[in-house]
Amino acid sequence: MDILLAIAIMALGAIVLGAALGFAAIKFKVEGDPLVEKIEAILPQTQCGQCGFPGCKPYAEAIVNGEEINKCPPGGAEGVQRLADLLGREVKPLDAEEKPKQIAIIDENTCIGCTLCIQACPVDAIVGAAKQMHTIIAQQCTGCELCLPPCPVECIHMAVIPETIDNWKWKYPVVEITAAPLQKAA
Amino acid sequence: MSHYLFILVGAVLVNNVVLVKILGLCPFMGVSKKLETAYGMGAATTFVLTMATGASYIIDHYLLMPFGLEYLRTLSFIVTIAAIVQLTEMVIAKTSPTLQQTLGIYLPLITTNCAVLGVPLLNISNGYNFIDSLLFGAGSAVGFSLVLVLFAGIRERIEGADVPVHFRGVAIAMVTAGLMALAFMGFAGLDKYQ
Amino acid sequence: MLMNLFKFKGGVKPPSNKLQSNHLPIAQAPMPSHLVVPLHQSIGGTPQPIVQAGDHVLKGQKIGEADGWISAAVHAPTSGTVLEVGMHVRPHPSGLDSLCVVIEPDGKDEWIARTPIDHKAAAPADVFHHLQQCGIVGLGGAGFPAHGKLTPSKGVAMDELIINGAECEPFITCDDLLMRERADEVVCGIAMFRDLLQPKKVLIGIEDNKPEAIAAMRAAVDAQKEPFSVVAVPTLYPAGGAKQLIRVLTGKEVPGSMRSTADMGVQVFNVGTAYSAWRAVAHGEPLISRILTITGNVHAPRNYEVLIGTPMGELLALAQPHPDTDGILMGGPMMGFLVPNPQVPVVKTTNCLIAHDDRLFPPKAPEMPCIRCGSCAQVCPHELQPFEMYWFSRAKNFGKTQEYNIFDCIECGCCSYVCPSRIPLVQYFRFAKSEIWAREREKNAADQAKTRFEFKQYREEREKADKAEKLAKAAAAQAAKKAAEAAAAAAESSAAPAADGAIAPAVAAPADVPAATVNPEKEAKRATIEAAMARAKAQREAVQPKNTESLTPDQQKAAADIEARRVAAHLIEPEPVAPAPASEKPE
Repeated sequence: MDILLAIAIMALGAIVLGAALGFAAIKFKVEGDPLVEKIEAILPQTQCGQCGFPGCKPYAEAIVNGEEINKCPPGGAEGVQRLADLLGREVKPLDAEEKPKQIAIIDENTCIGCTLCIQACPVDAIVGAAKQMHTIIAQQCTGCELCLPPCPVECIHMAVIPETIDNWKWKYPVVEITAAPLQKAA
Repeated sequence: MSHYLFILVGAVLVNNVVLVKILGLCPFMGVSKKLETAYGMGAATTFVLTMATGASYIIDHYLLMPFGLEYLRTLSFIVTIAAIVQLTEMVIAKTSPTLQQTLGIYLPLITTNCAVLGVPLLNISNGYNFIDSLLFGAGSAVGFSLVLVLFAGIRERIEGADVPVHFRGVAIAMVTAGLMALAFMGFAGLDKYQ
Repeated sequence: MLMNLFKFKGGVKPPSNKLQSNHLPIAQAPMPSHLVVPLHQSIGGTPQPIVQAGDHVLKGQKIGEADGWISAAVHAPTSGTVLEVGMHVRPHPSGLDSLCVVIEPDGKDEWIARTPIDHKAAAPADVFHHLQQCGIVGLGGAGFPAHGKLTPSKGVAMDELIINGAECEPFITCDDLLMRERADEVVCGIAMFRDLLQPKKVLIGIEDNKPEAIAAMRAAVDAQKEPFSVVAVPTLYPAGGAKQLIRVLTGKEVPGSMRSTADMGVQVFNVGTAYSAWRAVAHGEPLISRILTITGNVHAPRNYEVLIGTPMGELLALAQPHPDTDGILMGGPMMGFLVPNPQVPVVKTTNCLIAHDDRLFPPKAPEMPCIRCGSCAQVCPHELQPFEMYWFSRAKNFGKTQEYNIFDCIECGCCSYVCPSRIPLVQYFRFAKSEIWAREREKNAADQAKTRFEFKQYREEREKADKAEKLAKAAAAQAAKKAAEAAAAAAESSAAPAADGAIAPAVAAPADVPAATVNPEKEAKRATIEAAMARAKAQREAVQPKNTESLTPDQQKAAADIEARRVAAHLIEPEPVAPAPASEKPE
């Protein structure tokens, strides 16, 4: 008898709480997921698809749904770190090699003007017209490498962004270790 | 009045839920890397813990005790806490998206915070009445938040320190927590003055 | 002239080391073998080169055109031939190259025609333009184009114009000598600034370790009967910082977030800027030379008037450096930096060259841990907490450094100077600042990429919708045509026996094909085309593959399979190829 009473009480509790939660789920329903936006703000927006998703937003959505956070090579180890901080997940080593930031460069002598790279560029950073030479707007290029495979004459190559006075950064101060005087005596 | 004061001081400092009772260590270690998240977690826990102590007192006294079902306490308390956490999250998500963003995923994590279950159980073993329970719950929550925020502040600084490689991360955090627990021992007896 | 002076918090008193170089008058440096004039010498846009290799230029001829409002023109320092316009190292801590014009002097030093301007008669806008065209920039160190600072702030009355002759950095004496020898022209320049800005009062702040300069300036001010006050300010580094001098002279504290002191009703100019601005206005001389202290580990420290673009190594040789000199420090010992090599040219903001050796500047002992003694916070003239900023810069926690207002740091070096653990604090702050800027740039680039990506997606969607609509329309037209044809054919077959020729379809055509009825000629033409197409189709079908007679059954089966696939493929894509080029053209 006791056990039945216990079950009944628990069932009652479960029903009451379940009803309350169910009511709240309907009453306090929110549209959209703010977390996706936060994750997207961390992703580098290269839209390169190296994570296996067709753009940064789909990847952000996938992360919310449990995808690994270490699949964004342009974001680098630092990006993984920031995602881990945001999501409270464990930091994992990057799933690919980290590369220095690059931009694509079209060899304008070889370009045949096929427009294939223009269609491939996710950020419209390539200008040109059919049978006209194409060129890349360096400031807009995200270095996603999506224009490399479609080119039939392989006239596009990636180049590391050179260091200029405008993008030069002060380095982390390093203590120079000099030979101890003892070694000189010996 | 002094009775209530002792309960409060005892819960916040003397019998600090984290450093003396060693409850709720998972969020203490997990959510203390940044000061902002520590604030958010502290606020959320304070709310949930106070609610949970109140609700569990009512369930215990008006549902379980009359039918002699005290052995169902743990089970029913867990269910209640989980429901309160869920409810809180939904309400916050609707009413204040900013607060929800700050708390992020830490809000649902409170469900697994053993302090939130431990405090209602302690209430019952201490034989507190409803007001006492609420006060004890709120005090424990404030104590949890206080220690969490202090610890987060220390950990932010540890990040810049030259910690030996093998001690980096959780290891040095554990050492720090131990030192903080020692420091909190200094409050012992503060709630015993008559 | 007594006035109430204020104090700024902090500051240090390093050994001034000014006596070595201030006892000799300014000398004219000889013509160097070649001049390397960097185009980017001021804050703001990089001037565009307007000369080419091989061009002959005259002294004062413009070689770089100002790029935008906050930018100043660059001029040839002497007459000669342009050897090249190319990448050369410029005085910058990075040691990286930038675009420079290399000029070989012809020795004639022949001036281009100079056009002075009467600043009292001319409109202010014309004066600003003239100053910009003459390349006048702040000579105190930052190199902000002078005309930008002379434009009065909207809505804020200009209370004080401050002329900075403090020259607080050790070793440097170029402003001291300038004020001693050319006080008259400096005061004329100040008067011109006063006319443009209309301040309530003009204060000339000079550190009290330069009594001769103070006397000379007072004499010049009195001689010209100007109401300027020449104020001796206590010697304390960095009293020559703009915000510190404002504080000392006016008691106003400039908030860190404020970009321009003009919003506080104060504007600060260096004495050198006033002098060169006056030369530009009164004589039409662009900024092609400046006064420069050469000191340090040398036999004959002295101030020289040198042409912009002179390689630093050639200048240092004038002062006969000791043999153990191992580098050139540009600027003072507190804020200066070692230049990468002796070929680095002098630029508009170069005020001092110090021959570096280990005796004057002993190598820094290794950095020790911070003991949180707070000395750095006591000397910080901006009342920051350098030890906190250091801690978080070191941990690369840049958000926290910004909470501690790292961008208010003027990198004066007081904290590094007093640090008992010899921590290079300023280097950490510079590192943190440039990392934060880089992040900002990356964030902006990411945002831009995102909007562009989203727009591209939107455009593709729109194009797809357009295409689908077009296809649907075409399909509908096709269906209508087919229906009309069928109807026409039916009519034809029924009418053919009765009537003959072209009139029959017109008469018998159903009402739903008005076009056919209106234009029988067109209809006839279409019929012939269709007949031709039908013939061609029949012909195609009639042609049999010629090498299929002797095939094995297997081969025949494979061929049949391929044929079936071809047909299937043909069915899948009926004719989307045709409209595609049309939709691609807008790209």
